[in-house]
Amino acid sequence: MERVPILKLGDILIVSIQIDLDDQSVLTLQEDLAETVVSRGARGVIIDITAVEIVDSFIGRMLSTIAAMTRMLDAETVVVGMRPAVAITLVELGLSLGGVRTALNLEKGVVMLEHARSAEG
Amino acid sequence: MSGQELPIATNGDVVLVRQKVRSVAAEIGLSLVDQTKIVTAASELARNVLVHAGGGRVEVEKVSTGLRPGLRLVFSDEGPGISDIAQAMTDGFTTGGGLGLGLSGSRRLVDEFDLVSAPGEGTRIMVTKWAR
Repeated sequence: MERVPILKLGDILIVSIQIDLDDQSVLTLQEDLAETVVSRGARGVIIDITAVEIVDSFIGRMLSTIAAMTRMLDAETVVVGMRPAVAITLVELGLSLGGVRTALNLEKGVVMLEHARSAEG
Repeated sequence: MSGQELPIATNGDVVLVRQKVRSVAAEIGLSLVDQTKIVTAASELARNVLVHAGGGRVEVEKVSTGLRPGLRLVFSDEGPGISDIAQAMTDGFTTGGGLGLGLSGSRRLVDEFDLVSAPGEGTRIMVTKWAR
């Protein structure tokens, strides 16, 4: 099993998925992220899937779970970098990733999180 | 018949199936979107074999209708089988604790989908994606 590194930038955690994740690695990443959000006091999480060639129902569910889980831990999750072919396939598969915020790239994801925070005051 | 059989016994095997399907799909000239669809379907069906039957195998085969090349995947296992196929093919129906999109979603991602199963007799699913 491979582990996905979690980087910290200010109060944002950045996860860039660069490997073909097996299901166990997906579950480990979910747990690692929940723990890191709390231990580092993160307010935002960015999951970069630029390098991810497919998102099947298991990985799709992971994205929804992480978004819901971090929200409960007072952090907002943004998924960035989805490939067009992945978006087309996900919709056809029947997964709309409800509740998951997305941005086109890392930069826009950071801006989105900053806006969300300044709106809170 | 120029098939290659891959085992599905671990989570790692599911990843290997995805990689193999991706490389053959690219080789026969499927578009990027179609490659993504067939690899995603393969991932769903391989996981089903693992979760519901504890393991099985997939045969990855290049096929042709003369002019059009295609990719055919045959997943088979000796698991418990499916008693109500219509129900199993319904969006949201699950016995594995997942989202219930594996079978129904996979069918939407491929051009041909053929499922043969009976209780106690395992399951065999054949899917085909044709180049456009």
